[in-house]
Amino acid sequence: MSKSSEQVKRTRDLYVKAEKIYPRQVHGIFARLRVLSVWALLGFFYIGPWITWNGRQAILLDLPNRQFHLFGITFWPQDFIFLTWILIIAALALFFFTSLAGRLWCGFACPQTVWTETFIWIERFVEGDRNQRIKLDKAPWGPEKIFKKASKHALWLSFALFTGYTFVGFFSPIKELTLDLIEWQLGPWEMFWVFFYAFATYGNAGWLREQVCLYMCPYARFQGVMFDEDTLIIAYDEKRGESRGHRKKNDTEYKLKGLGDCIDCKQCVHVCPTGIDIRKGLQYECIACAACIDVCDDVMDKMGYEKGLIRYSTQHSMEGKTTKILRPKTMLYGGLMAVLLVGFFIAVGLRTPVEMDIMRDRNHLYVENPQGLIENVYTIKVANMDQKKHTYRISVEGLPDMQLNGKTEFSIAPGKVKTLPFRVAVDPGDLTRTSNTIYFTVESLDNSEIRQQEESRFIGPALGR
Amino acid sequence: MSAFWSWWVIIIVAIMIIGSFVALHLTRKMEDNGEETTGHVYDGIEEYNNPMPKWWLNMFYITLVFGIGYLILYPGLGSYKGYFGWSKENAWQEEVQAAEEQFGPIFAQYLNTPVEQLINDEQALDMGRRIFLNVCSACHGSYATGAPGYPNLTDDDWLYGSSPDVIKHSIMQGRAGKMNAFGEILNEEQITQLTSYVKYLSGSKAPEHEVKFGEALFQQNCVACHGADGKGNQAVGAPNLTDNIWLYGSSRKVIARTIRNGREGNMPAHKNILGEAKVHLVTAYVYSLSQDTESSEDK
Repeated sequence: MSKSSEQVKRTRDLYVKAEKIYPRQVHGIFARLRVLSVWALLGFFYIGPWITWNGRQAILLDLPNRQFHLFGITFWPQDFIFLTWILIIAALALFFFTSLAGRLWCGFACPQTVWTETFIWIERFVEGDRNQRIKLDKAPWGPEKIFKKASKHALWLSFALFTGYTFVGFFSPIKELTLDLIEWQLGPWEMFWVFFYAFATYGNAGWLREQVCLYMCPYARFQGVMFDEDTLIIAYDEKRGESRGHRKKNDTEYKLKGLGDCIDCKQCVHVCPTGIDIRKGLQYECIACAACIDVCDDVMDKMGYEKGLIRYSTQHSMEGKTTKILRPKTMLYGGLMAVLLVGFFIAVGLRTPVEMDIMRDRNHLYVENPQGLIENVYTIKVANMDQKKHTYRISVEGLPDMQLNGKTEFSIAPGKVKTLPFRVAVDPGDLTRTSNTIYFTVESLDNSEIRQQEESRFIGPALGR
Repeated sequence: MSAFWSWWVIIIVAIMIIGSFVALHLTRKMEDNGEETTGHVYDGIEEYNNPMPKWWLNMFYITLVFGIGYLILYPGLGSYKGYFGWSKENAWQEEVQAAEEQFGPIFAQYLNTPVEQLINDEQALDMGRRIFLNVCSACHGSYATGAPGYPNLTDDDWLYGSSPDVIKHSIMQGRAGKMNAFGEILNEEQITQLTSYVKYLSGSKAPEHEVKFGEALFQQNCVACHGADGKGNQAVGAPNLTDNIWLYGSSRKVIARTIRNGREGNMPAHKNILGEAKVHLVTAYVYSLSQDTESSEDK
């Protein structure tokens, strides 16, 4: 301490200017896989709202009416458990694939990666590849630079607006939305979300890019928990590569000079979308996009060396041990995921699209009607959660000779709720308790599988005791 | 809010904002230890110095500026109302107004349809039923069958009349039913005799001599409202005593109590609570309950 206090106190900034990264274009198997993934995922996103099913938009998350239409099924707020279930399955899938194969999600499926990839394609189309982009940024402002930058942002913004519009199309019927957009008559919320989502796309995929992964993404930070020595990672073979160094192409004697297979061309750094040097080992910045594998394999090919200096590997395999795929962690995650997945489909399959809620009148316990029977009054809400109109019948059981007065047969339009009052009358001589359990059943007249039974109470004097 | 608490809040908020600013500024830099790590070690795990980007720091400053802007525009600083004068009550009023603008035309359309026609419109009855369940069922019951002191609306017996106009008037303006107390005028024996006569009117058995004296008492005291034949008078809301339908109960003690102490029934006016359009729909629903034509609802 005394030593350093004598020196001039030097400080370092804990915040630094973010350096712009210019990832070079890559060709190879993993680059092709990513292009495939981008086409599949974005294709689904942009085409999704246009699919129709039984004459209505197949995927429509109708927030004002609290109804989520997914093809043949309509989910109601009462089905919220299914969403929880899906999220748990998704989380387990993430855990399972991460412990098995590392950051597959980050490198190939994450929206941040997928949209950044398309934005880089646009950028490359306008400004050229890495070196040209660096040159352009360094060049003084002139007509060409202004033109290129303006075209890039115009393209980005149009694509982002199209994305925002498609996104809103999942929540608001896209055909009407398109007409409203053409006539420029969007509602305030639709307008807000189109522009907000467009702005988010433009900002995240155009400007923030890897910084989302490095500084914002929580998953990037907690994935380490799921990694072990048998998890697939992008690894640089240090034993084979070091010491790195330049050499002539046909130098066959390089090993005698103490050189490894790494020719220190820095291509792996230039292609990296997060700007790291994979040769330093596994780092939290690595999104496992495998761009460095593709480019290094190319270089090894050109040098006449064996491919795989940088490769998908595991820590165990790098240490010369065998990699175990079946291990408690993967079996637990995979098993849980499979069980929940099967359970989910069974539960969705068994779900009946009718819901009944019974409220007993609370202002008086019971009344005696002119015939001397004891009456309880109930308000029953029936929701038709199906996509078709149904006619229902309500019946009651649980006590002898029950009379159900009210409109016991009625029809409900799809997606609507009906609230109806009912009177149940029972002879007090049949009551052996003051509080009795009774069961209401609602049943569709056109489909006997659509039925639900609910319990309620009947209260009266126990004169039959 | 008293001045003390107002200043209390203002000072705490000011300290928090200034404190956050100072704290941000003080933790921007660290002493250079000449190593790649921050010097923090936990269980042998060292923390690398991975600096955050500058824009991240700027976002902290932006949130502070946003907070100050918010406190100027909206209420937050003690009793200061904010530049926009925003309040929850105003926001609620705006929502109510927006809802009225949206649903007003639908109600207006129903308002111009006579009740006799509305009872054939299932949607109108659904709306009326919903309003009834929300507003009226507390007293009249979900099934509108009433309760002691609250009339049954599903039968054919009406205190003030069965026409839609009368029903609507009852809901709009309310009703104050009053039966005078006769405890000062009649003695207990006379009340007993009168009770017997009232029971007799609705077909119950009662001691004959009591009925005879009761009838005389009835003609002296009750005919002004209930009529000479005891069939009541809908103009003043005097119940029909001959139909064996009882507002407060049919037992002799209850009837005697009614004669002795009188009754005061009160149906509150709903003109200002619901507005005429909604009252119109409730009228249609209530009217439909005593109509035998169930066909309207089966559509």
